[in-house]
Amino acid sequence: MTRQFASCMTFRPYGWVTLLALTTLVGCQRGASPAPGLKATATGTAIVESSGGHQIGVTGTALNDPLVVQVNDDQGTDVTGALVEFHGPAGVNFDPAVVLTDSSGQATTTVTLGAFAGRYKLSVVTPGKSHPVTLEVVETALGYQQRLGSILADKYCNRCHDPESSPERVSNYDNLAVKPHPFTEGDTLNKMSDADLTSIIVHGGPALNRSALMPPYGTTLSAADVRALIAYTRAVADPPYQPAGTVYARK
Amino acid sequence: MQRIKTILSSAWTALFGDPVRAFGVVSLVLLIALAIAPAKEHFSEWHRYQRQYLKLIHNRGDALSLQRRFQPGIHQIWLPNLGVVDRCTTCHLGLNEAGLADVHQQPFSKHPAIPHSLDGFGCVICHGGQGAATTVSEAHSSERAGEEPILPARYIESGCGQCHQDQLPGTPQLNLGRSMLRRYGCVHCHAITLPDGTKVVATDHPPSLAHIADKTTREWIFSWLKDPQAYSASTTMPDFKLSDTDASDISAYLVSTSTPLPGDNATLDVKSAMSADPSAGPSLYGESFCSSCHAVQNAAGNLVGGDLGPELTRIGNKAKPEWLKAWLQNPRTYDATTPMPHYRFTPQQIAILAGYLQGKSDSDYGANVHLDPGTAVQIAHGRKLIVELGCAACHEINGVQKPENFAPELSSIGSKPLAQILFLPGMEHALSSYIVTKIRQPRAFGTSVKMPQFTLTTAQTDALTTALLALTSRSRSMPDSLRVAEIQETNYQPAGHAGKLMTELACLSCHRINERGGDMAPDLSWEGSAIQQQWLVGFLKNPNTLRPALIRRMPRFNLSDNDNKELTDYILAVYQSPSIDPDFTLPAMNAAETVEHGRQLFYSKYACQACHIVDAKTDKGYIGPTLTQVGSRLTAAWVYAWLRNPQALRPGTIEPNQNLSDDDARALTAFLMSLKGPGRRGTKQ
Repeated sequence: MTRQFASCMTFRPYGWVTLLALTTLVGCQRGASPAPGLKATATGTAIVESSGGHQIGVTGTALNDPLVVQVNDDQGTDVTGALVEFHGPAGVNFDPAVVLTDSSGQATTTVTLGAFAGRYKLSVVTPGKSHPVTLEVVETALGYQQRLGSILADKYCNRCHDPESSPERVSNYDNLAVKPHPFTEGDTLNKMSDADLTSIIVHGGPALNRSALMPPYGTTLSAADVRALIAYTRAVADPPYQPAGTVYARK
Repeated sequence: MQRIKTILSSAWTALFGDPVRAFGVVSLVLLIALAIAPAKEHFSEWHRYQRQYLKLIHNRGDALSLQRRFQPGIHQIWLPNLGVVDRCTTCHLGLNEAGLADVHQQPFSKHPAIPHSLDGFGCVICHGGQGAATTVSEAHSSERAGEEPILPARYIESGCGQCHQDQLPGTPQLNLGRSMLRRYGCVHCHAITLPDGTKVVATDHPPSLAHIADKTTREWIFSWLKDPQAYSASTTMPDFKLSDTDASDISAYLVSTSTPLPGDNATLDVKSAMSADPSAGPSLYGESFCSSCHAVQNAAGNLVGGDLGPELTRIGNKAKPEWLKAWLQNPRTYDATTPMPHYRFTPQQIAILAGYLQGKSDSDYGANVHLDPGTAVQIAHGRKLIVELGCAACHEINGVQKPENFAPELSSIGSKPLAQILFLPGMEHALSSYIVTKIRQPRAFGTSVKMPQFTLTTAQTDALTTALLALTSRSRSMPDSLRVAEIQETNYQPAGHAGKLMTELACLSCHRINERGGDMAPDLSWEGSAIQQQWLVGFLKNPNTLRPALIRRMPRFNLSDNDNKELTDYILAVYQSPSIDPDFTLPAMNAAETVEHGRQLFYSKYACQACHIVDAKTDKGYIGPTLTQVGSRLTAAWVYAWLRNPQALRPGTIEPNQNLSDDDARALTAFLMSLKGPGRRGTKQ
C-alpha cells in the first residue's frame, strides 16, 4: 500500500510539464482501472449495500469486515456476473478493486483505509444499462488519538454510555434513571464544545448542571486521556461532527 | 576527413581566434558552469514542494502566521543520542501546524496527535525510511543494501515498542503481538532477549508427553498430529504438515516410550458411574465454572468459554475415561505445574463430570484411523523426526533432550538487513512483508524449512509482525533513560501449608498476588486489609457472586473446615497493605446522623447507585460489586482508604477517584459499614 501511495506522491525531476500534469491529477484516484480478464456477463440497474458500511477501523489497516454490495435489476432480483468497481480517495486500497458479482448478485472486497483519520466516502459503481449506477458508502478511520479514546471509552464509559449489551459485558444503560448519551449521538454532542465535554468528563455531570450519575474522572484520567476521549467522540458522531474550517478526509 | 578538419579549425578561429573573443567565450562557459549549482537547487524536488506549500498557505486565513513560521531551505532534525538525522520536515512542512488539520494533501498535512514531539524523536524512529534523503523516492522507497523502505502504516505501533517494553493503552496491536509471542510458544524455539537483558518467557503450558499413553490413544495422537485444528479450532499447536507415515511413526515413538503413572487409574468407589439425572453433568460443569477457563463449540460453531485451558468440544475423543477421572480427582498427579485447580470433588461428582465430558465427542473424528503396533524401525524413525522437528523444544518427551537454540534468535529481527533475506518472487522487498509472509506461510520459503504452519487471522499475523519489528538494533543502542521497562512477573510463592493449598487450588491462575498471576479475578495482594475473616470463610465455602453481570466466576472448591480456616488466617495475616491503618476507627461510626448523611451523599451528591446496588429493591447499578452487605464484608479502614483513592489500592481500577473530602469519605464509610445485609442472601443466578 505504501508503495502505491509513495509512487502516487512521487514527482520525478522531469521539469514543469510533469509537475503540471501531476497537479491536475491531485487526489490520485485509485481503483478504476479495468482488470484484464474480467468480462461482465450481465448488467444491473441498481446497487445496494449488503454489509460492511459504517465501520470504524484504524488508519492504514484493513477493516474488520469486508464490504459487500449487491447488484439488482429493474425487478429487484439479484444479477450475477455484473461488473462492480470500488473507488475511494487517495490512500484507500481495495482488494480486489474490480469484481464480478457472484451467484447471489454480491460483490465483496476488503477495504484498507488511508493514513488520515476521519471519514472516507467510498463509491461503488456498476456500468448499468444506459448510465453508470453509483452507491456511496462511508467508513471511518481512527488515528492514534481516537483509537486510544475508543480503548478508554471501552474501559471507563461504554458500560453506561453504550446501550447495547454484549456477551462479555452487560450494559448498565437501562439501569440509570437519567439516560447517558451514546457517543455516536451527534445531534446532542456536536452542539457541545470541547471545553464543555472536558468539564463534564473532568468534573462530572453537575459541572454543567447535569446528572450526578456521571462521576468526575479528572483525577483518574490524564489530560491527554480526556483529549483522546473527546477526539474519539468527535470521530464517531453521527451525524458527523464538523468543526469550523475542517472538512472530511476528502473534499 | 579533410572537411571535418577544416570545420574544426574554422570553429577554433571563430571562438578563440583573437584573445578578447577567447576571453569572452571562456567567461561564458564559466558562468554557465557556475549557474548549474543554483539551478539544480532551484529545480530540486524539495524546493518545488516548498514553493507548493507557500502557494497552499497563501490563500488561507492564517496565511501570515504560517508564512512567518516557514523557513526556506533544507530542514533537519538531528538527535545524536538516537542516531537520527531526519530531513523529512524539508518537504513535510505542516507537521507541527495545528492550523493545517484540515489539509489532507501530502506532504503538507498536520501530523496526527501523538504523545511525543517530532523534534524530540524525529520521524524514522517510527516510520522507517531514509531520514537523510532529500528526494521522495530515496526517502520513502529506497531498497539499496541496508536501506529499508518506509514502514507500512499498519505496523506503526512497532515504533512505540522500541522504547516501551511495558503495555501501553494506545498500542493494542503491539500488546497482542507480544502476548502472542509468549502464548503461541514462539519463544520455545526462537530465543528473544529484550534490550534490558531479560528473556521473553513463554506463557503457554505445552503438556508433558512423558506419560501420554495413560491419557490418550495412539490413534488420537496420529489424528492430532495430522491436523490439530480439526480437533480443536482454538489450539495453539501448529500444523507440521506431516505425511501419514511420519505422523504414525511419531505416535508410535511417543506411545512406546510413555511411562505409566501409578495415580493415573482412578478407582472410584461409586455404585453407578453415570447419574440417573441427565442434567447432573451440565449443571455440575456450570456450577464449577469450568467455562471460565475451557471453551466448547456451540451449535453455531462459535467457541464459548475461556482460553486458559484447552478446548473441550471433543474431549471424549481424546481422553481415556480412567485418566479423565484421575485428572478430575487431582490434576497435579499427572502434571504438577498445571494451571487447573484441584477441585476436591466427591467420587460421585467425578463420575458425573467424567461421564458428561466423555460424552463430548465427535463420532466422525479419527473414525478411519487404525494403526498396527509400531515396529522398531518405525519407532526409531519417529524419534528421528521428533529430534528434527524440535518437538522437545515445547514438550517434555522421554528419551529426547530439549534442544537449545533450536531456531534462529529473534532479538534483533527488526533490523535484519534486507541483503540477508531471500525474497520470494513477487514479494515486496521490505522486512515487514518478509516477516508477515514467513509467519503466514513458512513452508513457502522452501521444503527444508522446519517452521510449522500456524492458524492465525490477518489481525494476529499483523500483531506478531508489529511485535517482531519492534526488536530493532536501535532499541538496544537507545539511551537507558528512554527505556520504559515492562512490569516483570515475579516468582512469588505463598508459603507454608496455606501456600501449598493455594498452589493446589491454583489461585494464581486467575488472581494476581505480588505481581504474579492471572488477570481474570481481582488482585489479592492487599486482600487481608480489605475483608473481614468471617465473610471470607463463608465466601470460600460458597462463593456467591459479588458482581451479578460477570460471566466468569469463582468456583467452589469443597474445602474442609480446617483448610478453609488455614487459608483465611493466612490471607488475613499476610496480605496486608502498609498504607491501610489497621487501627482506623470512625469516631461516630454508628451515629444515626452520620449514617444518614452518608446515605444522602451516596444517593445525591455522588450518585453511587449508578454503579452499585445498596437496596436491592430500588437500585440497579450493575458495574461495581453489590454493596447490600458490604458492612459485613469489608473493613472500615479499607472502605475509607478506597473512597479516598481507589487507584492507590488497585491500580487501573475503573472506579473514579472523586477527590472526596475527609468528612465526606468518613460519612460514606459510616453509611456503607452500616449495611450488614439480611443474613446470607446471595444473588445467585
